[in-house]
Amino acid sequence: MFNRTPIAPLEYTRKLWMRSWVGLTMLFLYAPLIVLMIFSFNDSKRNVVWKGFTLKYYEKALNNDSLVEALVNSLTIAALATIVSLVIGALAAVVLWRFRFPLKGLVEGTMSLPIIVPEICLGVAFLIFFAKVDWPTDLPWPLNLSAITIAHITFCFPFVAMVVRARLASFNKEEEEAAKDLGATEWQAFRDVLLPHIKPALVAGALLAFTLSLDDFVITFFTSGPDTITFPVKVYSMVRFSVTPEVNAASTILILLTVILTFIALKLQGVKGIAETH
Amino acid sequence: MSGALQDWKSQKKPFAAVVTAPVFWLALFFVAPMTIVWLYSFGQNAGPADIVISGTLDNYKRATEWLYLSIFLKSLAVAALTTLICLIIGFPVAMAITFAAPKWRPWLLLGIMLPFWTNLLIRTYALMALMGTNGYMNKGLGGLWEGASWLRTLVGMQPLEAWTPVQLLYNNFAVVLGLVYVHLPFMVLPLYSALDRLDKSLIEASLDLGAGHFKTFMQIVVPLAAPGIVAGVMITLIPALGAYLTPDLMGGTDSQMIANVIERQFKRANDWPFGAALSFLLIYAMFILIAFQSMRSNKVKEA
Repeated sequence: MFNRTPIAPLEYTRKLWMRSWVGLTMLFLYAPLIVLMIFSFNDSKRNVVWKGFTLKYYEKALNNDSLVEALVNSLTIAALATIVSLVIGALAAVVLWRFRFPLKGLVEGTMSLPIIVPEICLGVAFLIFFAKVDWPTDLPWPLNLSAITIAHITFCFPFVAMVVRARLASFNKEEEEAAKDLGATEWQAFRDVLLPHIKPALVAGALLAFTLSLDDFVITFFTSGPDTITFPVKVYSMVRFSVTPEVNAASTILILLTVILTFIALKLQGVKGIAETH
Repeated sequence: MSGALQDWKSQKKPFAAVVTAPVFWLALFFVAPMTIVWLYSFGQNAGPADIVISGTLDNYKRATEWLYLSIFLKSLAVAALTTLICLIIGFPVAMAITFAAPKWRPWLLLGIMLPFWTNLLIRTYALMALMGTNGYMNKGLGGLWEGASWLRTLVGMQPLEAWTPVQLLYNNFAVVLGLVYVHLPFMVLPLYSALDRLDKSLIEASLDLGAGHFKTFMQIVVPLAAPGIVAGVMITLIPALGAYLTPDLMGGTDSQMIANVIERQFKRANDWPFGAALSFLLIYAMFILIAFQSMRSNKVKEA
């Protein structure tokens, strides 16, 4: 290798076998995605031989009304779920961080459950629940997405709460007391002192909630009806029936969206901040 | 942290303002649905769309039949194997990130995190496309096969017969590979955060005092990274055990995992009470795993 200085004992990363190991792992992680993205531009129905560059599958995907509708549904649900999860999650974090109250352990434990309970069980629970309460299914858009959105909020907001609570741990309560001593009301102290402090966590939590919601297949699969198809559910049915280059094109769009969101998160938070979120 | 917790009685209004929404949501849209599932697991079908909660234990009895018990055990085995492979692949990667030059570290971390943020279904689909009978994995294997055949002719042996594409998908191998692919970032991130916190001078001391790299790794790095290993194992094992999508899309008829059986009770088989019982058995299994973990971490704290 290109040894300028001898390898120090702890510079494991400069050892050849370690580099190859990391390289192979990255290849394993990225090769499928990159091949998929490249072949979304391939002018051939069969996916393996390169036949020339084309954008026709993007055109097809964007003209496929049910696919576009599914994507719009997914983005709408993700946006709504993010907003509500952010509010509920932040409130939950503040309550657990600030107060001593009866049954606190129970509330805290229950709140971590939606993270632990397997998706399939949560999906089943919502299927039964919405059937049992006769949740209306024939509402106009976007109200017909309410069942899915509610389900998404339930599994998103505990993540937001977790992120915000980690940030609250570094808050100096004296700042808030000082604000109150200087005449700020409870609300003003919250808005002008506490809120700015937890803002980075809110941004991180929002991005986390948005991706979790956009990503979810299993829970949505159980709560969606024929008129409320989301993007993952649509892709699932397309993959089940036949693999078409259209799916490649649609997937590429979503991958790029994820990359853009991740980079926005990076700009706002730094890589380390995001790593700590997980 | 400065300042102690406030008692809710001293600040009833702000407390009420912040506590209402989360608790209300949790009770209505989490506890209530889960309770209904729990009650259904003690019920039976009384008609095509009518379920009576009769307090019967038949659903649980049926779940202990060998057919379902074997699927449960198999899911556990698949999840455990997935976790083990992720640990073996992920540990050196986490080490490499920890000891990488500071300017490389964020990019390596990003490299692990980006797939983590990418849609699970798309990732599974991308892997499937690569593993199909016409996919690149088959082409690569075909190339190796021809190479081996050519080598045989070199030493004067009969060439191998022509390469026929193998079915890589729709079997248990595909399920494990798919689960490893999806869960690898889950394992690397907690391992990295544990290794990052580790005091590096301890490794140096061990090497200085004459221990080899392997001995240092086994006796210094692994014990000190134990909390990260446990966290990584849990964070991989739990979703892998409840995996639905990977076995559904990549598995064959004999690769059903417990989540697929649960799904079938709610869609095709239409036996909700039995599906509810299976769901709760899966949840109890998670609880047992988590109880093990917290018992272990308590022991570590005492020591």
